[in-house]
Amino acid sequence: MSKLGDLGARLHRGEVGYDFIGNRKIWYGLSILITITAIVALAVRGLNMGIEFQGGAVFTTPKSEVSVSQAQEYAEEASGHDAIVQQLGNGSLRIQVGGLDTAQSDQVREELAKDMNVPEDKIAAELVGPSWGEQIATKAWTGLGIFMILVVIYLAIAFEWRMAIAALIALIHDLTITVGIYSLVGFEVTVGTVIGLLTILGYSLYDTVVVFDSLKEQTKDITKQTRFTYSELANRSINGTLVRSINTTVVALLPVAGLLFIGGGVLGAGMLNDISLSLFVGLAAGAYSSIFIATPLVADLKEREPAIKALKKRVLAKRASAAAKGEPLDAVDELSAEAAVVGPRAGRHGAQEHRG
Amino acid sequence: MAAPKKGRGPAGGQSRPGRALAIILIAMVALTGGMFWSGHTTPRLGIDLAGGTSITLKAKAEPGQESAVNETNMNTAVGIIERRVNGLGVSEAEVQTQGRENIIVNIPRGTNEKQAREQVGTTAQLYFRPVLTVADGAPPAAPSATPSGSASGTPSAKPSASSSTGASVGDKSATPTATATTQGRAVSEALKAPSPTPTATASSSAKPKPTGTPQATPSADDATAALQQKFATLNCLDPKQRAAAGQGVKPNEPTVACGEDNPGVWAKYLLGPAEVEGKDVDDAKGQFDQQRGMWIVTMDFTDEGSKKFQSITGKLSQQADPQNRFAIVLDGQVVSAPSVRQTLSASAEISGNFNQESAQDLGNILSYGALPLTFETQSVDTVTAALGGDQLEAGLIAGAIGLGLVIIYLVAYYRGLSLIAILSLGVSALLTYVIMALLGPAIGFALNLPAVCGAIVAIGITADSFIVYFERIRDELREGRTLRPAAERAWPRARRTILVSDFVSFLAAAVLFIVTVGKVQGFAFTLGLTTLLDIVVVFLFTKPIMTMLARTKFFGNGHPWSGLDPKRLGAKPPLRRTRRATAPAAADPKEA
Repeated sequence: MSKLGDLGARLHRGEVGYDFIGNRKIWYGLSILITITAIVALAVRGLNMGIEFQGGAVFTTPKSEVSVSQAQEYAEEASGHDAIVQQLGNGSLRIQVGGLDTAQSDQVREELAKDMNVPEDKIAAELVGPSWGEQIATKAWTGLGIFMILVVIYLAIAFEWRMAIAALIALIHDLTITVGIYSLVGFEVTVGTVIGLLTILGYSLYDTVVVFDSLKEQTKDITKQTRFTYSELANRSINGTLVRSINTTVVALLPVAGLLFIGGGVLGAGMLNDISLSLFVGLAAGAYSSIFIATPLVADLKEREPAIKALKKRVLAKRASAAAKGEPLDAVDELSAEAAVVGPRAGRHGAQEHRG
Repeated sequence: MAAPKKGRGPAGGQSRPGRALAIILIAMVALTGGMFWSGHTTPRLGIDLAGGTSITLKAKAEPGQESAVNETNMNTAVGIIERRVNGLGVSEAEVQTQGRENIIVNIPRGTNEKQAREQVGTTAQLYFRPVLTVADGAPPAAPSATPSGSASGTPSAKPSASSSTGASVGDKSATPTATATTQGRAVSEALKAPSPTPTATASSSAKPKPTGTPQATPSADDATAALQQKFATLNCLDPKQRAAAGQGVKPNEPTVACGEDNPGVWAKYLLGPAEVEGKDVDDAKGQFDQQRGMWIVTMDFTDEGSKKFQSITGKLSQQADPQNRFAIVLDGQVVSAPSVRQTLSASAEISGNFNQESAQDLGNILSYGALPLTFETQSVDTVTAALGGDQLEAGLIAGAIGLGLVIIYLVAYYRGLSLIAILSLGVSALLTYVIMALLGPAIGFALNLPAVCGAIVAIGITADSFIVYFERIRDELREGRTLRPAAERAWPRARRTILVSDFVSFLAAAVLFIVTVGKVQGFAFTLGLTTLLDIVVVFLFTKPIMTMLARTKFFGNGHPWSGLDPKRLGAKPPLRRTRRATAPAAADPKEA
């Protein structure tokens, strides 16, 4: 605890810190690798689309004497299609039959009730036409598209376009990873998954925005100083908000973990589980990308700007001359304690002096 | 919620935290009071939690008629489906549009959901069929009462009908049906042109032509006999027979059907093949006729419909009752059977003993039948009470566990500071609950499983805001400030971060809510609601409470358990602190 607090303080002062920006190529490489894996997995294995996307029915029966294999037999006999049967935590059975239309599934439900000797109205049924999932998916894509456009506009106004672009790339990256993991592991994609995936939109950006906000603040008067390059300040922002990022991610993940645990533990499978699984994967990816991808990308984009380029030259020139004169390299080592205190506040001190 | 603005000093009131707290306390008391006063102390539960059936229908536009799927038509469809479902004796069934092309039908558990499912999905089919015979809908006591000749031949081609005077007989009292007692109708309806134009009818009235009339062709057929038999035995008082009567009949075949003339009074009809289809009707509505002081239904036909209608009314107007009648058949049931007095074409009106409701109803039916809207069942979700209860329970347990874990983490990490976080979470939870309960009766909000998920996920979002603020304060402490100025200095910058990131969350929720349907929408709604509440709570509760607690010894002096101990936080040595401490209030908190 106190160690964490201490670490927070040292991170805040920049005494310790990881060179996220300097090592960005490693992380870009890793992300590209993951993304390619995800795309390949998607192309080769595809996604395990749930009933909602192919049409069919999910029946949940009350606790009964019927065994899983028996139930499967009944269901296959009644429907003429393959059936997947799972036993749920409370002893009830979950029977999935694909490839049915809603009218057919009605009959299957009736027959199941007869075969299993349970009243029909005790069997919960989710009957889905083949185009329902498609409709949900289409709307989800539309929503995703609209959201991306709006959020890019918003971020471009609230911050700047480079950050908007970087955030967008990070967002796409998160979604790709999440979908890739679904493809690799073979988790079932349901409407719940889609909901979870869409929620990642807001969350993934939430973390990113927190880092960007700090970055914006740190680099406010960047051209008025010659101690740090943009990349160095960006790195400080990441480190400075690291504790916050970790905390917010942990706190976000905890309830989701609760959902996942309960979804899996009590109800077997179902919407709770589906939503929380994709959230879990997406949140983790979102935290990663806000730190390792989004901010380094901003730094990369920013360093192309003439003013920032010139600044970098000035900073490096100053350091070179200082080195030539044999002065201590306090400013060169951007992680030194002294620099840490003054550095990020340089702009503000300047501002105060102007005012005062 | 907009882009961060430069605040004018510490909003929330560094000096007056009490005011903000009073506002939120009053709001909480008022909302909670309102909740108890309205009597809806629990959120309305969705079908998936309470048990019941939820049916999602999607409107399918016929090729070339894509524009038919529009808001007006969807609303009409909702009205019709509602009528159908509630006609089944289902109470509190809820039919609403969702998105541009979906209709959701929620049928609470314990009702005849199976029948509802069958009824709801079927497309409304509207046909105009000539009436061959009408009889009292009651028991098939006297088969002899049905004149077999009426179906087998073309009996009543009476030249007398050629007199165009019939055109003026639009109102109920003058109709000859009053004497035709066979069908037990109290008052009949009549079909005529909006403005009586006797000249028009005179031209086509001369020759009663039996040619091509549907009655003629199947006359010798066995099918006719079978139909006769069916008609004879049909008992319209039996709901089952009633429903089955006109089902599954091809439009070009004669059929039997039932119709409710007056509430509870049923008649049965033997009907000829459909002459005009629902899609031939361009528009129809119930209107009050000022001149005659009565409700009528006006119809406009499409070009093609006009032709068909002209030809058939020309024929019908020659006949005697009941063969001069036109049955408007919706889903196999006769909704109206006005008599025809004259040849009509592009527009017509139906007069009779309508009241406002029945006139508008028929108008709706006619225009709905006129639409090429067919519905496809997308999903049918039947949840038993037991399963729904299990799911709700699981959701609540998950929420409690999630909340517990978050609290444990906050306590472990923030110590005394977590008290503020926990109180804020509590306020947030209370507000969310109360608002959800109030939104049930207000806008029909129903808590479904995804919405529960959304609320649980929102715990994280809400806690995020505190973390942003707390970390800011701790950073300020690390700079060497004392708590009170630190809390004030940290706020403007934390506020900006919270607003920006909450705005992004809210944007995501809002877009999802508008674009998507069904379950996704419920989730998005909760997420948006809780994001808004998060801002309210952070501004009106968390910040003022922080300001107040910063004045206490425990927090202000950085007690080791307060979570704000400067030593633990690794604050800079007092060198800076003294410098800063001299002018804490002067330190302008808004900059940065």
